[in-house]
Amino acid sequence: MGLWTNLSAGLRGLVRKHQAEQELDDELRDFLEKSAAEKMRAGMAREKARRAARLEMGGVEAVKENVRSASWETHLESLWSDLRFGARLLRFNPVFAGAAILSLALGIGANTAIFQLLDAVRLRTLPVKNPQEIARVAIDKRTGASGDFTSRYSDLTYSMWLEIHAQQRAFSNLFAWSPAQFNIAPSGEVHSVQGLWVSGEFFQTLGLEPALGRFLNSADDTPGCAPGGAVISYSFWQHEFGGDRSVIGRAFTLNRLPFEIIGVAPADFYGVEVGRYFDVAVPLCTEPAIMGEDSQMKIRSGWWLASMGRLKPGWTIQRATSQLQAISPALFEATLPADYNPESTKHFLANRLGAFSADSGVSDLRKDYEHPLWLLLALAALVLLIASANLANLMLARASAREKEMGLRMAVGASRSRLIRQLLAESLLLAAVGAVLGALLAHNLSQLLVASLSTQHDPLFVALGTDWRVFGFTAVLAVLTCIFFGLAPAVRATSVSPGVVLKEGSRGTTEGHGRFGFRRILVVSQIALSLTLLVGALLFARSLAKLTAVETGFRQTGILVTDIDFSSLKLSGERRISFGNELLSRIRAIPGVENAATAETVPLSGNGEFHDILPGISDPPTEQNPVSAFNHVSPGFFQTLQTPLLAGRDFNDHDVAGSPLVAIVNETMARQVFKTSNPVGTMFRVRRLSKISGPFEIVGLVKDTKYGDLREEPLQIVYLPLLESPRPDQDSQILIRSRLPLPELTSAVKDAASSAHPGLDLTFFSFPTLIEEGLLRDRLMAKLSGFFGVLAVLLAVIGLYGVISYMVARRRNEIGIRMSLGAGRGAIIALVLRESFWLLSIGLSLGIALSLAASRAAASLLFGLKPHDAATFIMATVILATIALVASYIPALRASRLDPMDALRNE
Amino acid sequence: MTDTSATLVQGTLDMLILKTLVLEPLHGWGISQRIQQLSRGVFEVNPGSLFPAFRRLERAGLLECEWRTSENNRRAKYYSLTKAGRQKLRSETQEWERQVAAIARILETAS
Repeated sequence: MGLWTNLSAGLRGLVRKHQAEQELDDELRDFLEKSAAEKMRAGMAREKARRAARLEMGGVEAVKENVRSASWETHLESLWSDLRFGARLLRFNPVFAGAAILSLALGIGANTAIFQLLDAVRLRTLPVKNPQEIARVAIDKRTGASGDFTSRYSDLTYSMWLEIHAQQRAFSNLFAWSPAQFNIAPSGEVHSVQGLWVSGEFFQTLGLEPALGRFLNSADDTPGCAPGGAVISYSFWQHEFGGDRSVIGRAFTLNRLPFEIIGVAPADFYGVEVGRYFDVAVPLCTEPAIMGEDSQMKIRSGWWLASMGRLKPGWTIQRATSQLQAISPALFEATLPADYNPESTKHFLANRLGAFSADSGVSDLRKDYEHPLWLLLALAALVLLIASANLANLMLARASAREKEMGLRMAVGASRSRLIRQLLAESLLLAAVGAVLGALLAHNLSQLLVASLSTQHDPLFVALGTDWRVFGFTAVLAVLTCIFFGLAPAVRATSVSPGVVLKEGSRGTTEGHGRFGFRRILVVSQIALSLTLLVGALLFARSLAKLTAVETGFRQTGILVTDIDFSSLKLSGERRISFGNELLSRIRAIPGVENAATAETVPLSGNGEFHDILPGISDPPTEQNPVSAFNHVSPGFFQTLQTPLLAGRDFNDHDVAGSPLVAIVNETMARQVFKTSNPVGTMFRVRRLSKISGPFEIVGLVKDTKYGDLREEPLQIVYLPLLESPRPDQDSQILIRSRLPLPELTSAVKDAASSAHPGLDLTFFSFPTLIEEGLLRDRLMAKLSGFFGVLAVLLAVIGLYGVISYMVARRRNEIGIRMSLGAGRGAIIALVLRESFWLLSIGLSLGIALSLAASRAAASLLFGLKPHDAATFIMATVILATIALVASYIPALRASRLDPMDALRNE
Repeated sequence: MTDTSATLVQGTLDMLILKTLVLEPLHGWGISQRIQQLSRGVFEVNPGSLFPAFRRLERAGLLECEWRTSENNRRAKYYSLTKAGRQKLRSETQEWERQVAAIARILETAS
């Protein structure tokens, strides 16, 4: 009741402010009159009685102020007027306001943008029913699995999935899924979309409601099913069909097979993989039909599935794991791939299943970028801190200009807390405007970040939204910065003693030594922090430079890779080889093509093939057989890539099936396995799972090249002739070296392909681009940390410049006296520079210590240098010191040009 | 006016104001006079703390006020107790007596 009365009375007071004031006036006047009348009754003269009454009350205005402060609405009102006053001050000072708001907006924007990404890929849960009940089923710490790994989430084989589905007890529902790329063009050029294979329980387990039509269910997913129903995503429905509600029942093709749209997924559902999206989901059972001979379902060693389920009520992750572990031995026994050799069998049987929390889905993006994003967030936070320190410095300078005003206001009775509140209102205004602009900026920045990580071959999608977490983050950031840059200067500004200020008023300067000391501390910490950021920036930049300069063993520039898919021709194994050969010779015949070669594995594409090597002609397999990377290549491969052939010969057109088996190896292979610098003539055999082939005779030795990615140590690589490939592909990846302009070359290649057979699917990418895309993360880190580093140094130098200029201004007198006593210009410059030298050396030493501790966080992201790389530290220190000294030389020079007489007269 | 006027024990002003209003509604001057009279001049209440107390008590719903025309035909603000104000006065008085008795006991034993 009391609260309600208080609230309504306060609101009434706010609305009818004038009346309330009038009533207070009346009441007080009434009191005074009665008091005076009483005194007159006691015999005082009228005027005297009035005076006495007024004196007794002790100031009508003061009483009114006291009454007002007993009601909450007054505080609201004074906040409002403080804000208006603050806004007016800022309007008078547009340069200061603009600089402050801009630096805050940039700082808060960068922080929010990175946090928004982190929120999306790490913190947010899947938009499904009760996400905390969702768990992933996978092998716990899988070791030594062998076979084909074709998906980003190759957790299980198909037969394992069937057994798990039949035997598990922990989940009320369990589904399997796998990402895929489908071609939805009915004919002609390929139009790829992001697809999903899902088992029948997928949508039901996640507890989703279709936006339109119905979802796939268990009846749609029966072994050996024919292509039929498909569910499309909401965004696909929107941009491919314009949100047409009659889309249900519409026929379309996936990889040239007929499908029919049966439903549309809800708008916020992009799949269970964070950072990706799907356009079309089809039943798992259609995989054999879509993939044809490449189907993974039929291969017992084909790892291509991942599984998730909803835990039964009362089941925890631990309990589910122990149940899965209990069924594991029999399960792995039953699903053992028949073609495993004894070693891989041993590894396989030792595996145990486990359940893993998956409330925020799965994400390879998260795996790659979570750590860098936290690091970037820390860097951005440091930049904001430096920017706030700069603002605090500016506010301090403004505060000392308003010292007299503060002293006067305190002298006439303003309380200190009231003044601090007023000064804080100004900072609050700056922080609020900065935060709003920053939030707007953040939205664009985070989109830009995602776009810069997304490539044509690997499209990303991150559902960026502003949820309560992002909103809270920005708000907290704004409040913290406001307190940081506003509170300390406000407290300092009001710590003046009115007497001192007013007495020294004529001079306009006070012995504010403490205040100046605070500014020094700010500048020292700015220098320390910006050195850390600069070290970070240089570390990432140098790491990237080392990565791009890394010796790949080939020359990637000038090479175009084309992938010609001829699976539509349905050729048998042998015909594939000859057709691929025909395509290659047609491309080689294009005028302007210097060289061309086919390879099963394009280096640095991320694909790879690894098998056991059995040295000798008939050595039996042991447990320690060396493992080697493999590639099947056509003659001319090394010449096309310009990889030097160190000994022996290249493959030629006589190395075909039926002729003696030959191989080319790289230096590492020769050195580590065959212990010789020239292994030509040496024999070895190859074991693929349990199948042993060979013996092969080494006919050539080539220089080491990178195989999987740029960061790897040289691998052992064996090259075999493409024409002897045991499992010929239904596509040819042809590397073409040519000086022709790209458009001309691609159209010539298209012509060449269609002259071999019309209607083949071609995709092109440039080899250098492919390699660059592998450095996406490094490039991002180098770019962003570089940006932050430059910003930090700039801010710190501005701060130092400000403090030195302030010092010069304050010591005008002293400098004037020194000069009139005969001090030369050099001595004055030295005097000023000594100050900045001290600030700089304290700041830099603190910065080096801080950087040594902080750079460790970057260790795992660096290539070719240690996080405490001495050269980097020296470079950063020298750069910062040079810029800082130059910045403080300007005020020093100005000081040395003072006219001593002028400086003394103006005293 | 007198230098002998004692400072009030903290928090007791509200109670005294409520007490003066038990019999009849009073205006500000009346309340201050009544406190002075009842305390036989020991307490003299400063308007600087009296008026904020009125506002506080009014906001807490313990007092209500109305404007009346006073003796000399001027508008004056009269305060009166609400039901909650009477309850509050009762409980405050009890609490006060309890404390005073306790303090008195302590002082007696100590001497």
